[in-house]
Amino acid sequence: MAEVSDKNDQAAPNQKLSRRRLLKGLGAAGLVAAASGALLPLKDLVAAGDADAEAPNDSDIAKHQWVMVIDLRRCDGCEKCMKGCRREHNLPEGQEWIKTLELEDASGQTYYMPVPCQHCEEPPCVNVCPVGATYKVADGAVLVDQDRCIGCRMCMAACPYDARTFNWDDPPPTDDVMGEPTPEFPVPQQKGTAGKCVLCVHNLRFGKLPACVKACTMRAIYIGDLKTDLATNGKQTVKLSDLLKDNDAFHYKEELNTHPRVYYIAGHGQDS
Amino acid sequence: MRAEAQHMTAIEDAALRPLGRAGWAFWLLALGLGALVALGIVAYVYQLRNGLGVTGMSDRVFWGVYTANFVAFIGISYGGAVVSAILRITGAGWRAPITRLAEAMAVFSLAIGALFPIIHLGRPDRVWEMFVHGRLASPLMWDMLAIATYLAATVIFLYLPLIPDIAVCRDRIGSSAGFLRRRLYSLLALGWRGLPQQQRLLKWGTTIMAVLIIPIAISVHSVLAFAFSVTSRAGWHSTIFGPYFVVAALFSGVATVILVVVAFRKAYHLEDYIGEKQIHYLSYIMLALGLLYLYFTFSEFLTEGYALDEETQVLYETLLLKNFAPLFWFFIVGGLIVPLALVALPRTRTIPGIALAAALAVGGMWLKRFLIVVPPLARPLAGSDAVSYNPSWTEAAITIGAAAAIPLTIMLFVRFFPILSIWEMEEVAEEPEIQPETPRGLQAEGRLA
Repeated sequence: MAEVSDKNDQAAPNQKLSRRRLLKGLGAAGLVAAASGALLPLKDLVAAGDADAEAPNDSDIAKHQWVMVIDLRRCDGCEKCMKGCRREHNLPEGQEWIKTLELEDASGQTYYMPVPCQHCEEPPCVNVCPVGATYKVADGAVLVDQDRCIGCRMCMAACPYDARTFNWDDPPPTDDVMGEPTPEFPVPQQKGTAGKCVLCVHNLRFGKLPACVKACTMRAIYIGDLKTDLATNGKQTVKLSDLLKDNDAFHYKEELNTHPRVYYIAGHGQDS
Repeated sequence: MRAEAQHMTAIEDAALRPLGRAGWAFWLLALGLGALVALGIVAYVYQLRNGLGVTGMSDRVFWGVYTANFVAFIGISYGGAVVSAILRITGAGWRAPITRLAEAMAVFSLAIGALFPIIHLGRPDRVWEMFVHGRLASPLMWDMLAIATYLAATVIFLYLPLIPDIAVCRDRIGSSAGFLRRRLYSLLALGWRGLPQQQRLLKWGTTIMAVLIIPIAISVHSVLAFAFSVTSRAGWHSTIFGPYFVVAALFSGVATVILVVVAFRKAYHLEDYIGEKQIHYLSYIMLALGLLYLYFTFSEFLTEGYALDEETQVLYETLLLKNFAPLFWFFIVGGLIVPLALVALPRTRTIPGIALAAALAVGGMWLKRFLIVVPPLARPLAGSDAVSYNPSWTEAAITIGAAAAIPLTIMLFVRFFPILSIWEMEEVAEEPEIQPETPRGLQAEGRLA
């Protein structure tokens, strides 16, 4: 687990940032930041992705510890997050990396719960993979190497959140050439392999927001970083620890001990 | 002495009968089964070209009949191996005429069943990754290691007692036989001359394999069960799954041995060698295992159903009352209660009755595996409805082809190798067997005879 309280670690990215002639990604981060009116914190949050390093090494990646906070008080079940995710990752018909569940609370009120991969600290899917094709990255994301996956679907069996998908057929054709697919950005996906939410780490490393965060007009989804203790929904940037503490954040299926990286704030769309 | 020698030649003749000219019935049946196998192969090639999208599986029901087949076929293989092993270890003389068929069935159903995890893969071209990047923490790796070990063990277990009989073939084969066939026998007979030293080694080897194959077989079906029970899914996450699967395998396996023995006994007129006794004894074993399976099923459903957490409740509603209820209750009645009653009641404990019971048990146990795999996936989940899973023609054709391949491979096997274990039958004929206490059922049947 990442330690939020590590002061040195928090300081380090800033110093490095200032030394480097930053960043293609910083431009994008700046845009988001400017739009949000919270320039400095957001820059800290999203801009330290190492854009000039060809292949960022683990210690660079580990400078961020991504989490997601989903505020159910704001979610109205519009499914724009699903749409944004589908477009971003060129998902085939019927495949969802984030699902909006319609649920009922104990008082009988309907509420909506977007469920992406929970990016567990103790991911059952990673444990059962026979070939190590799925793994946890230093920044907390659980990814799939579709060049190695043999398509046994054991990970789908192990995932308590049903967050994993399978490419039963060829992916739909891509419009633009995006280069070689990587575990961080597996587009286009490979037939016969497992797929899942990648936390948009390809965006995060270049200072951009995950597709679902960007697409959510209710601003219900925050992307946060345990290292800098900041979280943003694309509009507001807040202190992550306060956001979690003040709102009694919880994990989905907490009892399973998977220690998700996705937090929820209970509610039923009353703030929407 | 002379009579004994005649008896021995008679056994040899009977055991070698299938090696002679095959009748039209053989070829017709072989052709029919071969056509089904060919259809299965065509279906698999189609699936290879088009991907798993040609199956009825989905992101919700991502395991289907291939997984059920995997468990069911490998389960069938058990009956052969373990029953034969236990009977050898306990020195049960009545086993002698059925061990060959049982052991052959074990090898072929396992070899065919072991194809299903590969048929099931999205990227079968990457199986080699299991060797390059294999992870011991994965239940699928346990499966692979256990099945590979078990396959090797069953082949050796079939082959060792076959050596003296291959020598018989080698010695009796006429010069009219093809060169290849003669070469095959003399190669596989490993220079067997029946010397005391060879006899001793053979006994020693067979006993060791018989002892080894029991824990190996148990390990295989346990790890198959673990692939389900290590997950947190309701209906899969169960501590009794290991032994539950082992008993399921033995029950369906003994039932399959009965079907094979009854069929080949009739087809090759082996009634003088495989008596009603063998089939009755096998049916008692099946009855005991079936009752054990009924007990396990009851334990599972009682304990889970009594506590009834939310997910289990949803699962049991679909399984016992809604979508899957017809299949489930057909399994309970048709796959357990009726076959067990057929065997338990002296009136129906005839060869046709036992064969019917065995066929119902094999079919019912396949259905049970399907019900283990599919409903926990297809049931309603939080925020989403139940989904349906309809196997496609590709899945059906591959399943039927694989099922047809088992009798076909055994039929071809007995065209080349003695259907009875000649030397063991001679051995049993020499030393009068200590008769077990005759159960009451057998007395009744003595009257019938």
